[in-house]
Amino acid sequence: MSVPTDLRYTKEHEWVRIEGDTATFGISDHAQEALGDIVFVELPEVGRSIDAGEAYGVVESVKAVSDVYAPVAGEVIEINETLESEADLVNSDPYGAGWIIKVKISDNNADTDLMNPSEYESFLDE
Amino acid sequence: MSQQYSSVSGMQHEEPLLFEHAHEAPESISLPGVQADAPSSLDAFKRKKAANIPGLSEPETVRHFVRLSQWNHGIETGFYPLGSCTMKYNPRVNEQIARLPGLAHVHPDQPEDSVQGILGLLHELQGWLAEIAGFKDVTLQPAAGAHGELAGLMMIRKCLDARGEENRKKVLVPDSAHGTNPASAALCGMYTVEIKSGADGRIDLEELKKHLDGDVAALMMTNPNTAGTFETDIKEICQLVHDAGGLVYGDGANLNALVGVARPGDMGLDCLHINVHKTFSTPHGGGGPGAGPVAVNDTLKPFLPVPRIVENAGVYAIETEDEQSIGTILSTLGQTGVYMRANAYISAFGKQHIHKIAQDAVLNANYVLSRLKDKYHVPFEGLCKHECLLTDEWQNKHGVKTLDIAKRLIDLGFHPMTVYFPLIVHGAMLIEPTETESKDTLDAFCDAMLEIAAQCEAGDTQALHDAPLKPIRRRLDETQAARKPVLVWSE
Repeated sequence: MSVPTDLRYTKEHEWVRIEGDTATFGISDHAQEALGDIVFVELPEVGRSIDAGEAYGVVESVKAVSDVYAPVAGEVIEINETLESEADLVNSDPYGAGWIIKVKISDNNADTDLMNPSEYESFLDE
Repeated sequence: MSQQYSSVSGMQHEEPLLFEHAHEAPESISLPGVQADAPSSLDAFKRKKAANIPGLSEPETVRHFVRLSQWNHGIETGFYPLGSCTMKYNPRVNEQIARLPGLAHVHPDQPEDSVQGILGLLHELQGWLAEIAGFKDVTLQPAAGAHGELAGLMMIRKCLDARGEENRKKVLVPDSAHGTNPASAALCGMYTVEIKSGADGRIDLEELKKHLDGDVAALMMTNPNTAGTFETDIKEICQLVHDAGGLVYGDGANLNALVGVARPGDMGLDCLHINVHKTFSTPHGGGGPGAGPVAVNDTLKPFLPVPRIVENAGVYAIETEDEQSIGTILSTLGQTGVYMRANAYISAFGKQHIHKIAQDAVLNANYVLSRLKDKYHVPFEGLCKHECLLTDEWQNKHGVKTLDIAKRLIDLGFHPMTVYFPLIVHGAMLIEPTETESKDTLDAFCDAMLEIAAQCEAGDTQALHDAPLKPIRRRLDETQAARKPVLVWSE
């Protein structure tokens, strides 16, 4: 199970890459594996404000439909429109081409709920 | 549709929707003339515009529906190995019996003394189902499997309430369970906790013990489970749940693996719903209604629904009141037509031969497994029961998924197996051949599966991704069909 070291993770198996005031969201390798073949990703609209922990989209696989939750609060600045036609990128490249949205991080964020890679790995072992 | 020729391939006919047929005026419909003006008080109900009745003649109408029916696949068209669905052949004699005028034309509200025959057959079936499942009594009321689940859980609820344990609301459901199980528990006002299966796909006793406490109302389990394997710790599982004060609900969807050989009642379960339309061969899956009678032990018997048929010195009567009963869950005694077929089916085997159903069903599934296991990944080693579970793990390396394999099977002339269920393995393919298929049919299906595996290995995968190529409709967008269904015709 791949857990890149440059990301932070949530208990709902989302990852977040923080670069300056921009954050990119996706779901972890573990999450895509558990969901199985992903057939649809419902994306939010650009400009929407999302709170940390708020459901911002839906990932649908052949087995299940799951909400995806924002690791940090922010305003949506970009969505991965490629997923509208190629949802399976979330399976094949969850940390790369399978990213879901980018947000401009809002000021009222406390990072305390995020796990670092080693914490996430121990969480997966539980 | 005007540019479309009358058929697209051979004599396989393209067919527009009824409203897309070109005629403007209803040619074939002649309504009686209006005899008198309607009273003005009904003016508000007058039609504002003409009724939109498709203008088809009688032969066109008949052809429309017959053509649509020819797009369909049923057990009478070909092999139908849909796992967990027990798509066995439905003997014709059952249809003849169910259509006998004395059975088909009686009314549910006729006086008891005028329907003694059909009451007798229902009562007889009740007794047989109780004996086959190893329980004390049966209700025939539930109209389908999931309705049976609800009825069973309502009885469990009432039983716990009668013990003064209204607080018990936790229902344990293995992660391999049918999706109806948690849905039924929720409908019954309880909440579910998922039990993670062990590495062999079975219930893990240690995992189960973690969840057994004073809140547990019931464990819902399927045996054999949906991975097609027998729960070897079944007696201990039931004992553990009972010791914790809960009851054990049995999902009888897989009874075809056990019928005449092993009885869930003997294993310690408290009740079991029986999918009569599966195990006892009545048309289902679009071919007819189901029925989900529930068998119960002495613990739950007082709570059976009413009305029920009771026999006294050879005379049958319908009992409508019972103090402890959960009440009425269907306005009649049950799906009587389905039960007439089931009675005929069980009669045809008799007590001496009914075990052959399970034996042959298990044999056929293991034959398919043994022919496919070298080319398809088998997640749980060992013999299977009446269905075998494979995955797409080896085909994934060639970029081919379960969905591609399923669609390619259609091109090769077979209805696909159940796909992506159970959820506990990646890319599941659940194959249930049933006992009614010949070795030739099983071989033809296995040959098709092996051809697909060989195509993958040869890297010849485009046909798999494009499949199906042959049917009148190609690969449909199932996701959009589910998310944005178009249910109403409009111009």
